[in-house]
Amino acid sequence: MNYLEVEDLRVSYHTPEGEVPAVRGVGFGLAAGSKLGLAGESGCGKSTVALALLRLLPRSAGIRGRILLDGEDVLTMRWGRLRAVRWAGASIVFQGAMHSLNAVRRVGHQIAEPIRLHGSVPRDRVPQRVGELLDQVGLPGWRARSYPHELSGGQRQRVMIAMALACEPRLVIADEPTTALDVMIQAQILRLLDRLVGEHDISMLMISHDLSVLSGSCDRLAVMYAGRVVEEGPAHAVVTDARHPYAAALGSAFPTVGDPASRRAPHGLPGDPPDPADLPSGCAFRPRCAVVEDRCAAIDPVLWPVDSDSAGSAGRSAACVRVLDSAAPEDTGAPDGAETATTRVADPDTTLPTQESGAQY
Amino acid sequence: MTGAATVGRADTAARRSRVLRYVGGRLLTAVVSLFAVMVTSFFLFRILPGDPVRAMTTGREVTVEQQAELRRQFGLDQPLWQQFLDYCAGLARFDFGLSYQYRVPVSELIAEAIGPTVLLAGTGTLVAALIGVTLGIRAGWRHGSVGDRANTAVALFLFSVPSFWLGLLFIVVLASGTGWLPGLFPTGGMATPGVDGVVAVTVDVGHHLVLPVATMVAVVYAQYLMIMRSSMLDETGADYLTTARAKGLRDALVLRRHAVPNALLPTVTLIFLNLGRVVGGVILIETVFSWPGLGSLFYSGLQVPDLPLVQALFVVFASAVIIMNLLADLVYPLLDPRVRT
Ligand SMILES: Nc1ncnc2c1ncn2[C@@H]1O[C@H](COP(=O)(O)OP(=O)(O)OP(=O)(O)O)[C@@H](O)[C@H]1O
Ligand code: SF4
Ligand SMILES: [Mg+2]
Repeated sequence: MNYLEVEDLRVSYHTPEGEVPAVRGVGFGLAAGSKLGLAGESGCGKSTVALALLRLLPRSAGIRGRILLDGEDVLTMRWGRLRAVRWAGASIVFQGAMHSLNAVRRVGHQIAEPIRLHGSVPRDRVPQRVGELLDQVGLPGWRARSYPHELSGGQRQRVMIAMALACEPRLVIADEPTTALDVMIQAQILRLLDRLVGEHDISMLMISHDLSVLSGSCDRLAVMYAGRVVEEGPAHAVVTDARHPYAAALGSAFPTVGDPASRRAPHGLPGDPPDPADLPSGCAFRPRCAVVEDRCAAIDPVLWPVDSDSAGSAGRSAACVRVLDSAAPEDTGAPDGAETATTRVADPDTTLPTQESGAQY
Repeated sequence: MTGAATVGRADTAARRSRVLRYVGGRLLTAVVSLFAVMVTSFFLFRILPGDPVRAMTTGREVTVEQQAELRRQFGLDQPLWQQFLDYCAGLARFDFGLSYQYRVPVSELIAEAIGPTVLLAGTGTLVAALIGVTLGIRAGWRHGSVGDRANTAVALFLFSVPSFWLGLLFIVVLASGTGWLPGLFPTGGMATPGVDGVVAVTVDVGHHLVLPVATMVAVVYAQYLMIMRSSMLDETGADYLTTARAKGLRDALVLRRHAVPNALLPTVTLIFLNLGRVVGGVILIETVFSWPGLGSLFYSGLQVPDLPLVQALFVVFASAVIIMNLLADLVYPLLDPRVRT
């Protein structure tokens, strides 16, 4: 069984301006010990997914769906149980450790805090354990007495990683763990994270807007667009041979590592990321899609297995009408008949594959 | 570890010189401000309308010779620059001259009154800060809740009430007593004559202290509440709080261990600044409650006008602000590790 199983996760933020559907039905599974990368432009809902996994979203967020962590549904857990699962069952490495660490507490204290709280080691061994953790991430033990502002960005991120490993969780969620760092340090931190996660046999959900960051360390990739997974599959296949036009654009021109501009708009992809509060009808990617067709305005495609005949497509899926064509030719009817498209929308449950049928790994 | 130790030693030396430069800078600023205050106070009260000798002698028959004698005695016949030099020389010896109305050294009057004022202003500020900060933490953490709205509304209402009015109300209702309600507290002063013994005097002074302190607290705690509330609001969305929650901490611990230590820093500075300001700020309350402090003294001095007294008190009030400001500057780095290095 997968250690983490997310089913039809939906999150919308209630704002004074109205509902913002930030995540619109995301599903994926993560096998124990494996690494899944979650990619996508700024604002597509990656952090919202990450925070939802431990129910850390602000009160303004409404969550639906199921999040099974080791078989238990996080969304219906009682508070006490949830607090016990946090950090000990799954921990998070946040982006920008300057703000994610408490500026007025020594880092040793902050690393020790979850160890004491969850009783991971006997009380008198806590300082020793903090020393071990710092050593693992390549920091000298006396750094425990430093304050966050006395450390460099890379050192702070090492502290974050030490903290994430403190209670020996089975899952680490890394939300843009290297985005704020310069290129050289990015590579170091990624290698460190990769090594430690491997050594301790921890599963990892790594989030980044940068496919090149993910493809190096993840077994599988899921590409998000406008609150949905639009393509997922083995990392190599998604990077080199994407079936969804957005995933293809993200992978075709590898964005320069660490280039802030590539965060907003991947190379070769015109237009802005969509506003989740005001999505186009049909396929959300339609306004920017280079191969858009008439029917894309009427059909809202969901994840569908990619034709298993073509090479390297085992366990792959994508959410694009063109994939539906190739996957189930008998189901498409006239390729660009507007009538057929309308019929599909009229009766989506019977003619369109459901979200769940997609990601199963 | 030797590398680390060396780095540590170099750090310490560099830090020490930085600290010295910082402290020196603050001290210099304070001294310059103090000097400016002295100069201002001298000229400010010279340009006020009214003849001091007239003021000293109201209601009495005085000859022109007697007036001239008074002028000479108080140095008012000297040219302004000479008066200023005398004034500066006096200040250096804590000699503020003779009070026109009491005919005793101003320094003696101030020495007598400073204790009561520090007692009243200090107690009032500490109680107000304690109440305001505690309520502000809750209001900010649960902003928008019923508790937050009620707290904020009550505090702002009391803030808008004039202190002398509230003081008089307290005196009428709780000190004089109305109808069936007996007078629970003394109507004024700081001590009942004839009370003897350390314990008895302490209790008696405490009893006299209740109403003036209550008046002051009611009127000023809103400031602390609002500052603390907005500091808390600044922190509520912060990433490090998400980290703390992700670790599995209870909400109360997230608040106490993480949010409050961060949000408290700006408030601590404010408390120091207010400590300086209230010394001069309790004039109305002291007057209403006949509290024998600097405020009452100032009030009586203004009516004459008793130039040396008013001038000296002006210097004392301003110095209190400057000194507390200096203390705030020196204490803040000890509290905030980001400024400390
Ligand atoms: N607290 C909130 N209230 C309202 N809307 C929000 C809130 N947090 C996020 N959003 C919106 O939800 C959408 C998804 O945000 P999210 O932070 O999950 O994106 P992301 O993929 O992590 O982006 P980035 O790469 O910038 O971190 C965005 O459009 C964002 O504006
Ligand atoms: S469904 Fe249409 S618009 Fe959407 S990605 Fe596929 S081709 Fe482009
Ligand atoms: Mg994000």
